[in-house]
Amino acid sequence: MIDKADQIFVLLQHWLISFLPLALQQPAAVVIGVIGIISVFPAIFALTTVFERKGLGRIQNRLGPNRVGPFGFMQPLADAIKSLTKEDVVPSSANGPVHFLAPVGLVVAVFMGFAVLPVGRNMVLVDMDAGLLFFFAMGASTEVSVFMAGWSSRNKYSLLGAMRAVAQMISYEVVLLLSSVAVVMITGSLSLTKIVEAQNHYTGIFPHWYIFTPWGLAGFLMYAIAATAETNRSPFDLPEGESELVAGYHTEYSGFKFALFFLGEYLAMLSISGLGTTLFLGGWSAPFSFLTFIPSWFWFFSKLMLSIFVFIWMRGTLPRLRQDQLMNFAWKFVLPFTLLDLFVTALWRFMGEGILRWIVCSAILLAAYFVMGRVAMVRKHFGPRSYRYAE
Amino acid sequence: MTPLGGYLLIAVLMFAIGLAGALVRRNAILVLIGIELMLNSANLNFIAFWRYGPHPEALTGMMFAIFSIAVAAAEAAVGLGLVIAIYRHTHTTEIDKINRMKG
Amino acid sequence: MTVVFYLIAALTVAGALAAVLLKNLVHCALAVTVAFGGLALLFLSLDAQFAGFVQILVYIGAVAILIVFAILLTRGSDVPKDGVFSPTWLTGVAIAAAVFAVIGWAVINSVNAIPQQAAVPHVTVHDIGIALVGPYVLPLEIVALLLTAATVGAVIVAMHEKGGSE
Repeated sequence: MIDKADQIFVLLQHWLISFLPLALQQPAAVVIGVIGIISVFPAIFALTTVFERKGLGRIQNRLGPNRVGPFGFMQPLADAIKSLTKEDVVPSSANGPVHFLAPVGLVVAVFMGFAVLPVGRNMVLVDMDAGLLFFFAMGASTEVSVFMAGWSSRNKYSLLGAMRAVAQMISYEVVLLLSSVAVVMITGSLSLTKIVEAQNHYTGIFPHWYIFTPWGLAGFLMYAIAATAETNRSPFDLPEGESELVAGYHTEYSGFKFALFFLGEYLAMLSISGLGTTLFLGGWSAPFSFLTFIPSWFWFFSKLMLSIFVFIWMRGTLPRLRQDQLMNFAWKFVLPFTLLDLFVTALWRFMGEGILRWIVCSAILLAAYFVMGRVAMVRKHFGPRSYRYAE
Repeated sequence: MTPLGGYLLIAVLMFAIGLAGALVRRNAILVLIGIELMLNSANLNFIAFWRYGPHPEALTGMMFAIFSIAVAAAEAAVGLGLVIAIYRHTHTTEIDKINRMKG
Repeated sequence: MTVVFYLIAALTVAGALAAVLLKNLVHCALAVTVAFGGLALLFLSLDAQFAGFVQILVYIGAVAILIVFAILLTRGSDVPKDGVFSPTWLTGVAIAAAVFAVIGWAVINSVNAIPQQAAVPHVTVHDIGIALVGPYVLPLEIVALLLTAATVGAVIVAMHEKGGSE
């Protein structure tokens, strides 16, 4: 019974394809999986938009949208109708085909990333041997679409926003990859299903998730920072900050194309949170060993919504970083710390089991954080305030 | 035409197109794009022979292709840095105009 | 050969042709990105998954972005007055056509003599990893050194000089 609840979607898929002749069953299974992804993740996107607006509103001491539906939860429906019926304004000097293909490229690349995420036990669309590499390849393809959007609009603000966004994305992409390499080193495989299965063990009641190890915690924090920067979320959202650049690289997009950009950005946030959950938070495994009767897909989506909640919390709380502060941070603090984390992961792997490796690894990481983060980065001492008056 | 022959012909076609691009265009960056196309076609050649040749479990072709991709990326970075540095001096990227050492 | 192969090959060759023929530089850069994508698909159709995904990650994710940044930093968005093709374009095309003819003839005449393996090679990423630190560890270390040198060199070459050269 518990097994049936856990595997309910797999059983549903098998039942649906049993109606078809044998030759069509394999393609039909894939099509059903794709339909599942295309319906579930945009639905979560809709829920995320309303959570974000109400959450940000509450953090900023105001109500969010509360007119449409009970407590405003039908707001995405109103937003969808607005986007679909708004006039599609294209600037006359814009580069036609490139302007049209940019949002398409973004959404296609982001949707492809969902194909390798294991959302539950036996519930991954394509179980690839190099799944993690495929995910990062799809993430890299989004940068070209961002540039296409900014350049084709023939607008200085769009171009500037696109250049800043691309520079930020390539800087933090290195950090993203290196923090995932630590996980791959310990698991010994690039396949996401194997990474989750390696975390699905319990000592006593506590799980073997990688975030509960010193290198895993450091890796997860670096991954979280890099993920926030990759998806241009606050505090790294200078490329699209309203007070800086109008709307950055999607200034000249209106109507459905803007909705596609919005969809692409939030889906990228969801997929990168999904990957973070898979790599560090144990994917679909339950937090305590006595809770394994609850279905695996429930745990995956709960952890995903927890990550989304943390993203929204960070957006409402932290101020925006300036472009040079952001790049400085990436290359001078986060990247060296991630390299050190790789070294500590190797130490962890080759020291035997026992309390010694916990102490040594935690000590190295804490010492490095204090030296690099607190001591080496403090350079400016602010003098007394000086005033300049217009002459 | 065997499958291997098909892949090799595509590789040769891309090589010729890359060569033509590097020889015909005036902008230095397009010469670099032509060079990248030629390197890519050589990679395709390696992978096609790896797949259809004897002993694919020795991974020779795949290794060549991976190292070639790494080296090509490094070379593109340095080449484009050079183009940017030359632009700062001569304010042009057209290779016909960069002829101060001529004669 | 299958329809899929013809479609991917057509996409790749169209991208490559567009990259060398178009007037606007940024369009050329985007067309060569399409050609890189088509090549990655060709690698995937040859069962080289690792090479295919590395191609997308490195070429589309890094080299294409580099090319685009270089075009924008050197004001390449405007079309030059004297045209985009050099005056000696016919010689260039003739040389390329000759190269294609010679190598193509060699391929067509000799390809039936190569014993061809039809079975799919079963290669996992684990095997590639073992090969990289086993037989191929020396190229790995040399490529690491090369990439470090290229990084430092590119930064130094493209850096603003102290004192400027306005």
